[in-house]
Amino acid sequence: MEYFLQQLINGLTLGSIFGLIAIGYTMVYGIIGMINFAHGDIFMVGGFIALMSFLVLGLAGITWVPLALAVVLVISMVFTSIYGWTVERIAYRPLRGSFRLAPLISALGMSIFLQNYVQLLQGARSKPLPPVIQGGFVLMESDTGFTVTISYVQIMIILLTVILMLAFTSLIAKTSLGRQQRACEQDKLMASLVGVNVDRTISQTFVMGAMLAAVAGTMYLVRYGVIDFFEGFVVGIKAFTAAVLGGIGSLPGAMLGGLLLGLIEAFWSGYFSVEYKDVAAFGILVLVLIFRPSGLLGRPEIEKV
Amino acid sequence: MSSTAYTVGRDQAFPWRSALIECAITAFIVLMLAITMVGIHLETVLGGLAIATRFADVGVAVVFAFIGRLALVAMREGHPLPALIGATAAAVLGVFVPPIDIVAAILQALGAEAPTPTPVLQVMQVAGGAILAVRAAWLVWRQRGSAGRRAERGRSLDAFAAGMRGWTTLIGPIAIVFAIALPFIFDNRSRIDLATLVLTYIMLAWGLNIIVGLAGLLDLGYVAFYAVGAYSYALLGTHFGWSFWICLPLAGVLASSAGLILGFPVLRLRGDYFAIVTLGFGEIIRVILLNWFEFTGGPDGISGIARPSFFGLAEFDRSPPEGVTAFHELFGLEYNGIHRVIFLYYLILVLALFVNFVSMRVRRLPIGRAWEALREDDIACQSLGINRRNIKLAAFMFSAGFGGVAGSFFATRQGFISPESFQFIESAIILAIVVLGGMGSQAGIVLAAVLMIGMPEIFRDLEQYRMLAFGALMVVIMVWRPRGLLSHRDPSVRLHPPPPRQLWPFTRLPKPSAAPAEKAAGQ
Amino acid sequence: MTATAGQPLLTVDHLTMRFGGLVAIDDVSFVARPREITAIIGPNGAGKTTVFNCLTGFYKATEGMLTLCRGTRSYLLERMEGHDIASHAGIARTFQNIRLFANMSVLENLLVAQHRVLMAASVGTIAGMFGLPSYRHAERAAIDKARQWLDRVNLTHRADEDAGNLPYGDQRRLEIARAMCSGPALLCLDEPAAGLNPRETHQLNELITGIRDDFGIGILLIEHDMSVVMQISDHVVVLDYGRKISDGTPAEVRADPAVIRAYLGEEEDEGPQSQASAGA
Repeated sequence: MEYFLQQLINGLTLGSIFGLIAIGYTMVYGIIGMINFAHGDIFMVGGFIALMSFLVLGLAGITWVPLALAVVLVISMVFTSIYGWTVERIAYRPLRGSFRLAPLISALGMSIFLQNYVQLLQGARSKPLPPVIQGGFVLMESDTGFTVTISYVQIMIILLTVILMLAFTSLIAKTSLGRQQRACEQDKLMASLVGVNVDRTISQTFVMGAMLAAVAGTMYLVRYGVIDFFEGFVVGIKAFTAAVLGGIGSLPGAMLGGLLLGLIEAFWSGYFSVEYKDVAAFGILVLVLIFRPSGLLGRPEIEKV
Repeated sequence: MSSTAYTVGRDQAFPWRSALIECAITAFIVLMLAITMVGIHLETVLGGLAIATRFADVGVAVVFAFIGRLALVAMREGHPLPALIGATAAAVLGVFVPPIDIVAAILQALGAEAPTPTPVLQVMQVAGGAILAVRAAWLVWRQRGSAGRRAERGRSLDAFAAGMRGWTTLIGPIAIVFAIALPFIFDNRSRIDLATLVLTYIMLAWGLNIIVGLAGLLDLGYVAFYAVGAYSYALLGTHFGWSFWICLPLAGVLASSAGLILGFPVLRLRGDYFAIVTLGFGEIIRVILLNWFEFTGGPDGISGIARPSFFGLAEFDRSPPEGVTAFHELFGLEYNGIHRVIFLYYLILVLALFVNFVSMRVRRLPIGRAWEALREDDIACQSLGINRRNIKLAAFMFSAGFGGVAGSFFATRQGFISPESFQFIESAIILAIVVLGGMGSQAGIVLAAVLMIGMPEIFRDLEQYRMLAFGALMVVIMVWRPRGLLSHRDPSVRLHPPPPRQLWPFTRLPKPSAAPAEKAAGQ
Repeated sequence: MTATAGQPLLTVDHLTMRFGGLVAIDDVSFVARPREITAIIGPNGAGKTTVFNCLTGFYKATEGMLTLCRGTRSYLLERMEGHDIASHAGIARTFQNIRLFANMSVLENLLVAQHRVLMAASVGTIAGMFGLPSYRHAERAAIDKARQWLDRVNLTHRADEDAGNLPYGDQRRLEIARAMCSGPALLCLDEPAAGLNPRETHQLNELITGIRDDFGIGILLIEHDMSVVMQISDHVVVLDYGRKISDGTPAEVRADPAVIRAYLGEEEDEGPQSQASAGA
């Protein structure tokens, strides 16, 4: 029981991070119908920028943790979003309206480019960050001496995710930006005819996705204390899996998929084997898609004749 | 500004104001991009990380961005000549004088500390300058101000690709003759190895082309079949001592069966769901290979995989075991290690040509036409009585089988395999070759493979930039020509004789005013 | 126009199709006979295309029986896979928004339609791969058949062009030719005259009646253009809100008060006549 609870907490933390990245995938897929393979690498860039800001802040003498964390988040979001914007501008915008595989290949190229760009500039070694926030609550202690703990970092990650999710959902539902975005999702031509600047809306989508990825990158860094140039690929693929699992194009679906994937990984590694956790994640994805091809919360797609 | 400003265009004065604003914006964005990743270097030191700064490099990058954008604006506004001169000068200068040296000199003159040089900026200057120069030269040659007319450029390239068609009947044999003669032209082990590598990718891409180019299914896990083929031979060979020549077709059959098994559940899925599930399968297979120690040797892989014999007649060793003929003795040659290299080269050449032959042939058969029809419109296919699932499965099996054969070749050539060789990036590279070459175009794949695999290998001195350039090249080619380099489709069957072959592929397009529609209307 | 006797080709018996709570087709029954053009008409959203989709296996009917009698065999369509309906029962169709294989040549489009015959001749692609005579003959025959259809729809000179490059009217006719190349017993045409000019519509009428007279197959036609419907159909079924409201010869349907109500609303007395007479 205690062990279960501990894995549940770990799974939820990991799932929150997956979910935040998955939102970026799902939004981009929703609006321009492409898999943005470079999104995982944007997450990685976010992690790196966060790491840099932590170090710079440390040098500047800002060591009060909440302030430092807030500043780091803002810096990371700002600079990462510029990367997100640039990727869209360079690699995807010229390909708008071209055939289906072209943006995908371009995205793969962008992903390879970003990985090697970071490797070249920052070196291939993984970069450690000493624990920023330490400690946590002991929730439960069993007779066998096993303790269930939830660290402050985990609380922060889950809280931040919840807040961002709420903010984001209302942003999409209530603001004119969200309306424009949904309009573009439905029909780009019509949206442009009624005065929506489609290019700008798509750019904004990428910027928002990159911001969430930056938050995820920062939290990942704080939680696991290490980042390297290849991290983005693995986490990115998982997050995309999460987006598909939840039903691509659906925001709550992305979050749900992320949480599920995090839980699957945590429980699988906890009870079966760490080695095969990726197999479990992909295996579940395959099963879900076979029995429910549009994902958990996705709208079922009827063959249009 | 008068209204004529919009109509005259070329003879108009250069719009300095707006151009400078545009350049400043670009420079600012580059500044924001570079200030973190370039400007700050995380150095691993004892007990953690230290920060070093490289702001001089950021400065140079910003200046480059400004000047480069200016050159682009100049071309757009109808002044390609100054852009050509400037870009060429920049590229040439970059070859001899690293830009950071100039900055260092200036800084030193000012009494500041000189920055540590990184070669990135030099590469950027030379490459960027060269690209801009080529673009400007093209504009000067075409005597046009603007390169912005994407459609027109696309059409002229299409015409070029169609023109190349006339050549393929010629180029095909020439390429094959060249390929056959290659080991004698470059009597150099590394070159032959490189050619073998390129041919392996060509074979894989031709195999993948069946499923992606013809059937239009996006398979992101092709490397799984490559792995199945490689491990089949490695395991059968090392455990049971089966000969390569038995295992080669067997690897194809096994990979094909793997395709069938994996294909069954996923073929119901459409579009990108299909893509992600194939990616998932690719990863699952890799993780299994990595973790099933007893069977696959885990991350250590399998070593000591037998090299192929000369069709079971002779071995390529200097002194083979008792009772086995050595290749050099069989032909009365001096022993030379290169014999095996050349033999492997010819082997992959034959295998690749076999794949090419089969796919060219299948394209003209009902099943191949059904694949293409599936790509075009699968609902219409069903309404014509085509069993979509079976047809897709067939495509999957064909493709997987070829991947498996290539895999067993890979295993015997390397003598050692491990899951390292079967990562997602391999699938991505093979897919990139297919798409960059021009979907479904056999010749395009050769071109793309030479470009993507051959070129980076030749520039091995710039080792670290290899993958960077690879990624950038993928983006650039796609943006430049989204349908791939040589995308031109010839009908698989004709009712009328084909139009006369045209050997000069550089057609001048007819002026838009002389459109055929008008001619028809006039008659 | 005679109210024909003889065995029905297609029998639609109490067909009902529901999408969730929405009833798209509500208990519709009708028959279509060989050598007859049966038109299904009705206002937009009446469920006409849904009937087609149920017939051709794109949707599984919620209730009802769809039987196709071909010679001595009869097929229960609602129990068959979509591609088997096309290849075994012999129902071919065209689509409202044309679905040609746009990047394949006109001739290739017609050969894909003969997939089943050619596939059998290529014996698991092996005979085809080695170019055995049996396969070569079959391919020759398939090309000849395609050629006849190209002659019939006046597209022989464009046989090697991409189907997507043809003008709209040509694409409509090519789609019909493609459906016919699959050798159907029943041809379902979904708004074939949509977007055609009067001259092209006239050609289309001739093409459709020609198919009926020369091949003796049944034709099911969805059409909004009353000039087409009234002129060429032998039998008209009228749907409204998923229900059948009238069934009979064009003249009978034209006079049916229920049809007039459906098309023009309650108050009007006159109407379909004027619409119909435009084409008559």
